[in-house]
Amino acid sequence: MKPQNYSERRGRWIPIMLVAPLVAFIGVTFIAPLGSMLKESVYDAEVANTLPGTVALLTQTWDRESLPSEEIYRKLASELIERSTEDRSVIGKVANRVNRLVPGTRSVWGKTARKLKNIEASDFRATLIDIDDRWEELELWHGIRQAGQKFSSRNYLHALDLEVSDEGNVVRVEEEKRAYVTLYLRTFYVAVTVTILCLLLGYPIANAIANASPTVSKILLILVLIPFWTSLLARTSSWIVLLQGQGVINDILVAIGWVQDDQRLSLMYNMFGTLVAMTQILLPFMVLPIYSVLNSMPPSYMRAAASLGANPIQAFTRVYWPQSLPGVYAGSLLVFILALGYYITPALVGGTKGQLISNMIAYHINNNNWGLGAAISMIVLVSVMLLYLLFDRWIGINKLKLS
Amino acid sequence: MEQILWNLSRGVVVSVVIFGFLFLTLPLLVFVPLSFNAEPYFTFTEGMLRLDSDAYSLRWYRAIFENEDWRRAIANSFVIGMFATIVATILGTLAALALNNPKLPFRRSLGAFIISPMVTPIIVVAVGVYFFYTEVGIAKLSLGSFQIGPYIGIILAHAMIGAPYVVITVSASLAGFDHTLLKAAKISGAGPFTAFRRVQLPLLSPGVITGALFAFITSFDEVVIVLFMAGIQQRTIPREMWSGIREEISPTILAVATLLVIFAVIVLLTVEWLKHLSEKNRTGTA
Repeated sequence: MKPQNYSERRGRWIPIMLVAPLVAFIGVTFIAPLGSMLKESVYDAEVANTLPGTVALLTQTWDRESLPSEEIYRKLASELIERSTEDRSVIGKVANRVNRLVPGTRSVWGKTARKLKNIEASDFRATLIDIDDRWEELELWHGIRQAGQKFSSRNYLHALDLEVSDEGNVVRVEEEKRAYVTLYLRTFYVAVTVTILCLLLGYPIANAIANASPTVSKILLILVLIPFWTSLLARTSSWIVLLQGQGVINDILVAIGWVQDDQRLSLMYNMFGTLVAMTQILLPFMVLPIYSVLNSMPPSYMRAAASLGANPIQAFTRVYWPQSLPGVYAGSLLVFILALGYYITPALVGGTKGQLISNMIAYHINNNNWGLGAAISMIVLVSVMLLYLLFDRWIGINKLKLS
Repeated sequence: MEQILWNLSRGVVVSVVIFGFLFLTLPLLVFVPLSFNAEPYFTFTEGMLRLDSDAYSLRWYRAIFENEDWRRAIANSFVIGMFATIVATILGTLAALALNNPKLPFRRSLGAFIISPMVTPIIVVAVGVYFFYTEVGIAKLSLGSFQIGPYIGIILAHAMIGAPYVVITVSASLAGFDHTLLKAAKISGAGPFTAFRRVQLPLLSPGVITGALFAFITSFDEVVIVLFMAGIQQRTIPREMWSGIREEISPTILAVATLLVIFAVIVLLTVEWLKHLSEKNRTGTA
């Protein structure tokens, strides 16, 4: 081996070994959790594991148009007796799971399991129907078969307000049941609005900081950085102090007589509160990247534009603005992505009308509907990742700067 | 005509800038006086507006330190923040050194991968982390009667979301690092490790400490992961504020918020001082 070759190789291994620990760490603490989430969203083996024989027979031998065969009824009865002697709670889980697909069938399971124990039956179909006539309904059997699939897209369908119709087509659910698409659209609308508001306020601020004298510029930058470093919860509570019915803004409006005391404005627990608070909280994420680009821009360009005969507006639109675009893109991406997943502020100042998709995720996780919560999270994650990849292709993620 | 238009737009821009700065900073100042309210309200009393000294008191600040929940929350925040910062800073600094070495293969993709936790919505991270640690059984781990599991879960998650900040700040100070200094060290007989420890690391330290502060604040301020993972015993300051705002709104929250603003100012001044230091290093005037 030539010595030169050797040192070249060694030169490559050192950085690989330096970066490996963090890559492994992110793999375990970030990618693996996302993997759990993906699995949770598609995998649900409760019914398949509890009633394996029944599910297998239903999938393989049942014609799906008439009642299942005596064999299937017998298998179900024996599995029910067996499982309920081992652990009664398992039957309850199956009942819940099937009930979500076929509402109003939860009580069938406990009742049947209880009564079956004391019956010596030869004709199981008749016996089961005798215990509860819902065993005669095809819909219940469809439910068991469907719930018995280990992997299913049902959480995703649910999360997109879709369902499988009786004919097997994917269709939108009835209008009253639609909940999520509106929320994605609302979240998207809020994220776009907040990004635009931040850009409208943030660009002039960044420009002012970049073009002020060194001392003023330093003070102005600190005014942007203090909120950036301040606790999100502290800043959210300050908006409650300002916006609530008995809050500072309403008090001032009443004191100067613009608003009657009994007609105080509702400034929070609605979309307005969410938008205002989110804009203020995310504004530094817009100002800082734009400022860092403007600050490194040589002033001679603008002078050159002027001496070549451009008026100030032309100089701005043709020279200044195009050069500042990397900062504008970086700031907009940061604000938009942060806004898409915002949870704390809408939860505290948004009321019901200002809730975003993240609040729905938390709601489902807290109410033990993990699969659905995971599916919505995956949809949000994929949208954000697509944006991130587009951005990386387009501008380069390594251009992100913080201070 | 153009001159008028230009002056008009200048006027608009100046008012937008003034409004923007007021909008950014006033909300931080509003709750400071309210935290000294002698009454248990979230609003200014008449006495406060008259600047009556009886209308002001320190009772909410005393309430923080007399309340066991708040004391525990403060301790939790600092312990979790410190451990998360140590992990994030060590891993992040090493990775930044590698990412700035042109010999590293797949440099761009690795960089994007390492930054990805930062651009993932925190609610998504929190849900994934919650499922994962429940699945592998860390969430319920305990040492005797001490529930260590949630701490481990929260610390690892906070280190993960903090590490990208360390990578970014250390990379920024590496960008200005003069590599001839390492050659000089080599000529003077230093091995690569000695050269790193005695020459490169001291010059990078402002960047490393800035990154560590970013990681610490990220953990200190994080509440969504804590909401999912923490039981009563592991609640941090923002978690305690969250329930305070939702359940019983009292000026104690505003007193805590005021202390947090003061803390933020201290951190900010430290970061600015470090930045100044690292610029001095760069230009060699130190």
